[in-house]
Amino acid sequence: MVMSTELAFAGDRFPYDVVVVGAGGSGLRAAIEARLHGKKTAIISKSLFGKAHTVMAEGGCAAAMGNVNPNDNWRVHFRDTMRGGKFLNNWRMAELHAKEAPDRVWELEAWGALFDRTPDGKISQRNFGGHEYPRLAHVGDRTGLEMIRTLQQKVVALQQEDAVNLGDPEAMIKVYAETTIIRLMKDGDRIAGAFGYFRDTGRFVLFEAPAVVLATGGIGKTFKVTSNSWEYTGDGHALALLAGATLLNMEFVQFHPTHMVWPLSVAGLLVTESVRGDGGVLRNSEGKRFMFNYVPDVFRPMYAETEEEADRWYTDPDHNRRPPELLPRDEVARSIRAEVKAGRGSPHGGVFLDIASRLPAEEILRRLPSMHHQFKELADVDITREPMEVGPAQHYVMGGVEVDADSGAALVPGLFAAGEVSGGMHGSNRLGGNSLSDLLVFGLRAGAGAADYADARGARPAVPEATLAEAQAEALAPLQRVGGENPYTVHAEVQQTMSDLVGIIRREDEIKTAVKELEKLRERAAKVSAPGGSAYNPGWHLALDLRNILLIAECVAQAALERQESRGGHTRDDYPEMSPEWRKVNLICSLGADGGVSLRRQPMEPMRTDLLELFDVAELKKYMTEDELAGLASSGQAPAEETH
Amino acid sequence: MGYKAALRVWRGDAGAGALADYQVEVNEGEVVLDVLHRLQATQAGDLAIRWNCKAGKCGSCSMEINGQPRLACMTRMSVFTPDETLTITPMRTFPVIRDLVTDVSFNYAKAREIPSFTPPPSVQPGEFRMRQVDVNRPQEFRKCIECFLCQNTCHVIRDHPENERAFAGPRFLMRVAELEMHPADTADRREIAQDDFGLGYCNITKCCTEVCPEHIKITDNALIPMKERVADRKYDPLVWLGAKIGRRTAKDTPKVPG
Repeated sequence: MVMSTELAFAGDRFPYDVVVVGAGGSGLRAAIEARLHGKKTAIISKSLFGKAHTVMAEGGCAAAMGNVNPNDNWRVHFRDTMRGGKFLNNWRMAELHAKEAPDRVWELEAWGALFDRTPDGKISQRNFGGHEYPRLAHVGDRTGLEMIRTLQQKVVALQQEDAVNLGDPEAMIKVYAETTIIRLMKDGDRIAGAFGYFRDTGRFVLFEAPAVVLATGGIGKTFKVTSNSWEYTGDGHALALLAGATLLNMEFVQFHPTHMVWPLSVAGLLVTESVRGDGGVLRNSEGKRFMFNYVPDVFRPMYAETEEEADRWYTDPDHNRRPPELLPRDEVARSIRAEVKAGRGSPHGGVFLDIASRLPAEEILRRLPSMHHQFKELADVDITREPMEVGPAQHYVMGGVEVDADSGAALVPGLFAAGEVSGGMHGSNRLGGNSLSDLLVFGLRAGAGAADYADARGARPAVPEATLAEAQAEALAPLQRVGGENPYTVHAEVQQTMSDLVGIIRREDEIKTAVKELEKLRERAAKVSAPGGSAYNPGWHLALDLRNILLIAECVAQAALERQESRGGHTRDDYPEMSPEWRKVNLICSLGADGGVSLRRQPMEPMRTDLLELFDVAELKKYMTEDELAGLASSGQAPAEETH
Repeated sequence: MGYKAALRVWRGDAGAGALADYQVEVNEGEVVLDVLHRLQATQAGDLAIRWNCKAGKCGSCSMEINGQPRLACMTRMSVFTPDETLTITPMRTFPVIRDLVTDVSFNYAKAREIPSFTPPPSVQPGEFRMRQVDVNRPQEFRKCIECFLCQNTCHVIRDHPENERAFAGPRFLMRVAELEMHPADTADRREIAQDDFGLGYCNITKCCTEVCPEHIKITDNALIPMKERVADRKYDPLVWLGAKIGRRTAKDTPKVPG
């Protein structure tokens, strides 16, 4: 319904074939692919070009190239990914990811990326939690920066080609920096464009396009202590919901185990898993390597039981089992929390991460320069001489837009999603290193999917003027409202509520309280004011982000309340066990008629037989129901051979 | 600890502006960006600040703190005394958009003029073989987070906008050096480094190196070696003679047209 007071749209209009919302790893890879398919492509970036959250990725990009251990291959990577996700992954995505990641990494090298090298001149690969072999292509501890810069420079290279051939560098691919999308536009049931504003002037803009790729990353700013940058306000998740698409398994939120805990102002600053991959160990206040006490049954056969064996593994991985410090992230995060709760934490409420006693100082400086820099500059701690104090913080969301694995297509025609904003690939818990590779593999696929869709469409969709005027009115409201509440205050309370009540350990009564609190906060958010003008006004920007933050917080809370088991990034104090019945269930969020979140259960598609056969039946027993196992027995599955 | 700090923050836009005085609470362990965020959340909701990661990795929160070009997220409040007034202004070399946010598009325009990585056409993805010792040098330059503090500081363009056309600045001269030192690159950017990107303007005062938050030795490791390479290309008598008698033609890569 259009109110009579709404003004007609007054802003810029730009026609494109493909509009990519987000300029991190997956957005840039999607845009490059769409441009390579000959599509006129816009890249919409909330920040400056090359600043996206991907720069913060430290450890590396997982790809079974087998450069360091030739036994590695896609099947091993696939198995590790499924185990890490506790078998809740979209297995087709995990398969595509494991198969295609090496090509995506090699492609970056051909575009100028300079990864660290093996002695024979190939791309070096490092150990990481949950990965059976050294698998992460890396550049010291700044791999994400290398990736974003390489993709940024590839976009520039394409623009240079277009400058030579078409006389205009921005003829086929253009970056709209510091531009925020706040509504997707539809023509009937299909996508017709994206509406937003330029942050510097506040001027509104409509990108008219048949295909939109969401590549907006995660939801970290829903929580108080997070390693995520300010941009992570769940924009893509919310845009998808509001456009009629669905979100998958939003209860799974990753709390990465190691972040700085002190000084308070840097609490949440990431301490890369590479510290542990390179030999660092976790100790409690008694100096004990406590992780040996926390190896769960499903992982028991793969992890060392003594410090001696664990230490031998670094030099002889074929004859020793892995140190338990390298368990998947959910396990390590929970263990740290348990140690702190038992009174064996460090002075500032974390535990100790010790690399100083494990590697010579010069080796630490070579492998972990950013970590050394970060602790030295911000905490006066020299990690070559003393242990770090670390603890868990929100880091990643496994849940996201429900998509077709092969094309990244969401349920709304013309809508695509890739990277952290999409769901399924990582199941209930993502392995370290599988994010950067995810961005590349599914960035390409969504870019190609959007380009193919744009080719196949009929007439160009048209954006109805009424919806446009409505979106504009929605955006102007906080600027025009006088005397409303401060958006920063409301945001801080959302973060506090989510961290306190829907954090790393959850309980029914607490989640119910959170749902009620969020309801009240949503009412308050609808009444905030942003004093000042429309030009570069962060208060106004936050006021608009609040809608997304709250919508996503509600999805997380509703899904967390529904899933009565503990698995990966969803731990229920009142349902501590992992349930084979729940493994068969995906939780789907959509927007209800009243504007609230509606939740339903959707059965998980059974895994293809050839993929199932990659696992030992004994292992599958730990995850699957009796019925499923009986089905396997009747199909005559023999225990899998080790396909190393 | 915990005290009230006196802040003088530049507020305004391209038209006009002035320093505004604020009193803001400071807690132990905080950085300048924390204090600016508190100012924003409690007293000045529309204070324009550009920032992203608050971890020294994205290079967004570049500004001048008591006249020093710094990242606000990596500048600890403990380096100042509690009775000191902090004067916080936008980067001076770039046009102001609003408050502490500047228009840095100059840098993106320069980036687009530099011929991109040019591998040998015969090498397929996955076939590159490079030794660590050979990638160490360009890897140092790829630590750059594009905070543009070096560009802001370089006296060739600071207060001399007339030089901007002919000078790419330390960040992009370093990018040229990075590509020239890339073991798999085949282009030759020495001629344009001098003629189009203004390497000759640099008189190695090392101001860029001093302000680099990544501690990249821009002058010593990128600019001076690049000057040596340019001298080899332009002034080597044998190369000159070879070109003169037509025995050897230069394969200089031209600047990319806008």
